[in-house]
Amino acid sequence: MSQGHGHGHDEHAPIRHDGHSSPLARRARALEALLTEKGVLTPADIRSAIDALVSRTPADGAKLVARAWVDPAFKARLLADPKAAAAELGIDLTSYARLGVVENTDKVHHVVVCTLCSCYPRMLLGPPPAWYKSLNYRARTVADPRGVMREFGLELPPKVEVRVLDSTADMRYLVLPRRPPGTEHVSEAELRSLVTRDSMIGVSNPQPERAHV
Amino acid sequence: MTRVHDRGGWPGAGPIDRQEHQLADWELLADALVQSLASPHRGIIRIDELRRAIESLPSPDYESLSYYERWIAAVERLMIEKKIVTREEIDAKVATLGEECRE
Repeated sequence: MSQGHGHGHDEHAPIRHDGHSSPLARRARALEALLTEKGVLTPADIRSAIDALVSRTPADGAKLVARAWVDPAFKARLLADPKAAAAELGIDLTSYARLGVVENTDKVHHVVVCTLCSCYPRMLLGPPPAWYKSLNYRARTVADPRGVMREFGLELPPKVEVRVLDSTADMRYLVLPRRPPGTEHVSEAELRSLVTRDSMIGVSNPQPERAHV
Repeated sequence: MTRVHDRGGWPGAGPIDRQEHQLADWELLADALVQSLASPHRGIIRIDELRRAIESLPSPDYESLSYYERWIAAVERLMIEKKIVTREEIDAKVATLGEECRE
């Protein structure tokens, strides 16, 4: 069994998806067994943690963004005090680290990275995508954000200022993306469906719904 | 000296693999172990401890292990440090699980 040494950038090679391919996967099973046998954790602890992980989606993030698009006063509150604004929509963030919300406009564009690890507003977006945690994204986003965004299909005009936010364990960021043009008459519920996870990280902009052809 | 986890501007980084990755069962388990151990209800580890354990992995391991493999290596180290389990117990359990897998 190979540990796969020497494939530093190849973090998500298919072989890793097989639980039996990684010796560390087995050690996780062993830890689970030992910790539950010793009563350090219960099987219910682990089950509910997995449940929480797989059921969380970017829906709450999208809810905040869509409301901010239709309600300028809410947007102002969201930017000033994100947790209080989220509570207005029934989203309880009190037990989480500090949260910053930053607004993308036609003059300034924010993109979020965690150069040290993988800090991410999980409470609003669900678990981070694999690429967000990859060594390449972490290395390049601070050095060449425009090049990174280009890989995601976003080409920003040179006059737009790019700001890169480096998350920490104590401070997470949500990007409030630009409302797509031509959506002035779209309902808040429909707007939510336009808000993508990637646009709330800042690597892309939300697109208007495709017009009927 | 730049440390291995401090990746901002790290030279030689290539294109980003943007493929979506469905978490495997053992990756969900790794995440769940950390969240359970770090929950306010249990409070057995802190996230800062986990980071310290990840960041002090030997460089070759940090580079070659996948994301959740690093987490598992770090949790193992913390459990041993805190004398909750020993390495021998884990090795023995791994051997038992291995036999069960053979069917």
